[in-house]
Amino acid sequence: MSSFLARRLLFALALVVVVSSSALLLARLAPGDVTAELGPFAGAAEIAGTRARFDLDRNPASQWVVWMARAARFEFGDSFLYNRPVRGLVLRAAANTAVLALAALALATLVGIPLGIVAGSRQGTGAAVIRAASLVCLSVPPLLTSLLLVFVAATTRWFPLGGMTSVAAVGPSGPAWLADVAVHLPLPVLALALPIAATFERLQAQAITDALRQPFALAAVARGLSARDVVLRHAWRVSLRPLCGVYGLAVGALLSGSFVVEFVTAWPGLGRLTYEALRARDIYLVAGCAAMGGVFLALGSLVGDLLLLAADPRLREAARARSGERQTA
Amino acid sequence: MRRAGQGLLALVVLGAAAAPWLAPNPPDRTFPAALYAPPTPVRLRHAGLRAPFIYPQRVVSALERRFEEDATRPVPLQWFRDGRLVTVPDAGGGPLLLLGADSLGRDTFSRLLYGARTSLVLAAASTLLALLVGALIGGIAGYAGGVADETLSRLTDFVLVLPAMYVALALRAVMPLVLPPATVFALLTAIFALLGWPVVARGVRAIVASEREREYVVAGRALGATPSRLLARYLLPAAGGYLAVQATLLLPAFILAEATLSYVGLGFPATVPTWGTMLQEAANVSLLGGAPWVLAPAAAIFVVVLAVNLVVQGTGRAPVQLEP
Repeated sequence: MSSFLARRLLFALALVVVVSSSALLLARLAPGDVTAELGPFAGAAEIAGTRARFDLDRNPASQWVVWMARAARFEFGDSFLYNRPVRGLVLRAAANTAVLALAALALATLVGIPLGIVAGSRQGTGAAVIRAASLVCLSVPPLLTSLLLVFVAATTRWFPLGGMTSVAAVGPSGPAWLADVAVHLPLPVLALALPIAATFERLQAQAITDALRQPFALAAVARGLSARDVVLRHAWRVSLRPLCGVYGLAVGALLSGSFVVEFVTAWPGLGRLTYEALRARDIYLVAGCAAMGGVFLALGSLVGDLLLLAADPRLREAARARSGERQTA
Repeated sequence: MRRAGQGLLALVVLGAAAAPWLAPNPPDRTFPAALYAPPTPVRLRHAGLRAPFIYPQRVVSALERRFEEDATRPVPLQWFRDGRLVTVPDAGGGPLLLLGADSLGRDTFSRLLYGARTSLVLAAASTLLALLVGALIGGIAGYAGGVADETLSRLTDFVLVLPAMYVALALRAVMPLVLPPATVFALLTAIFALLGWPVVARGVRAIVASEREREYVVAGRALGATPSRLLARYLLPAAGGYLAVQATLLLPAFILAEATLSYVGLGFPATVPTWGTMLQEAANVSLLGGAPWVLAPAAAIFVVVLAVNLVVQGTGRAPVQLEP
C-alpha cells in the first residue's frame, strides 16, 4: 500500500512539474508579452523594468530554471495583473473552485446514483422518465445549463445572477459571509452538476443492469432474498466498480466544466483566473494556475484509484500480491 | 428513437447547407430600428383566414426596447423572391425576424443558419482529423508493440488526463488574439484534433493489438504484405465500428468547444456568425431576461447533442461522455 502511495505521489509531482513547466514555456514563447498591458505610452525604462521583474530579459531556458528553483521553495513569482504574489491568488481561486466542484460532485452523486439504481433495476414508467430526463441532461453541457440558469435567474430573481458574494458583503469571514456565499452557490453548482448527475445515472443504471444479469443475482433470488436486498446489498456492490473508475475521470470534466460555469456566472475561481492570466500573458500567474490544475488532476486520479481499491477486493488482492513480490525479489 | 435522432441531424445539416436560400435576411445586415426586436410571429388570421403574413413592428421606446405590432396592416410574406425561400422586403413593412434580432439589429434566425455552417464544418473537419491521427497513432502502437507502443501509449494517457477545455484555452490564448477567420478555422481544427486523438488512439490500439494475432493477419504477413498494407487493408478497417462511435462522441464535443471558445472571446472574430460568437450576445445578463431569443444558438447546440445522443443510444451502445 505504501509503495502504491509513493508511486502515485511521484506521478503526481511529475504531472504538476510537467504541466506547469509547459504552461510557463508556452506563455513565454507565445507572441507578445505582459508589457503590452502597460499601454502604448509606457516609457522605455518602465518596459525594461517590467521585463526584468518577470525575468523576460533572460532566455526561456534560464527563466525556467530560475522559476523552478523558486517554485521548489513554494515561491511562484508575482502576478502582473494583481501586483501580488501568485501563491495567494492561486490558492484563493483554487479554494473557490474546489468549493464549487465538490458541491457539484456531491449533488451529482446524491441525485445520480439513487436514480441510476432505480432506473437500472426496474422497468416501467418511473424508470423510463428517469432515462428520458437523463438523456436530456446529458445533452445540456455546462455552457448551456449555466446560460439557461442565468436566464432563469434574470427573469425570476430567485438567485443572484452571478459572483460569489454580494458587493455589500462584509469581509471574508463570519456567518454573514458564509450565508452570502450559500445564496450564490446553488446556481453554478446546479449548472455544473446536472450533466455529471446524468452521466452518473446512466453509468449506474447500466452497471446495475449488468450486475443483475450475472448468475450470483439469480442465486440470490433463488435463496429467497427480496428484490430490494438483491439490488441494494448484492448487485449494487458489484456495480460500484465501473462507477469508481469514473470518479477519477470526473475531475477533468469538473475542471473543464467549472471553467465555463465560472466564466458565465462570474465565480472567482481558477478558470477565470487562468483565462485572465493567459490573455494578459501574465506568465507566472499562468504557470501557477497550471500547477494548481495539475494538483487537482493528480488528487482526482489518486482519489479515483483509492475508491477503486475500496470497492473491489480483487484489486486489493492484486495490489498486495504485487507489492509482496517486489519485497521478496 | 434512433430515427428521431437521425431526422433531427438531417434537418440541421439541411438547414446549414441551404442557409443562403432559407435565411430571410443576409446574416450581416443590421436593422437599426430593430435592436433587440422580438420575433415577428407568422400569422394566418386577420379578419378571416388568409395567406401567411406578419404585422410590421414599430419602435415605441428604443431605450426600454419596447416594440409594438401594427395590427391594422397585415404584410404578406413573399415567397421565392431574390433567391430566398421567404422574406419580407423593407419597403413592404419588413424585416421578417423569425427569432428576433440581436444587439446590433441582426436577424438571429438567419445568423443561426449561417452559423451552423461554420460550427458544423469546423466540428466535422476536427473530427475527421482527430480520427485520422488517432487511428494512425493507435494503429502504429498496436501493430509495432514494444518500445514504440510503450512511448505512444504513455503519450496518449498523458494527453487524456489533461482537462481538454483548459488545454484548448491555453493553446488558443497563446496565439495572437486577432486573426483572420480562415486562420482561426485552421487553428481551431488543429487544436481540437490535438485534444481528440488520444481517445481514438487508445481504442484503436487495443483493437489492432488483439487483431494482429488473428489468422488472417498472420496469413497476410506470410504472403509478404508490408506492415503499412496490413494496417491500411486489414487492421484499421477492423476498427471501423469503433471509429464510427467515436465520431459521434467527438462531433458534439467539438461543436461545444467552438461555442465555449468563441463565447469567451478566443474563437472566431465577433463578425463571423457561429453558434459561439452568437452566444456572446447572451453574456449581457441584464438584457438577457428581456431578449431570451439570443439563446437560440444554445438551443441549436442542444438539439444537435440530443440528436447525436438519441442516435447512439438507439444503437444500444450507450455512450458515457464525460467531457464535452
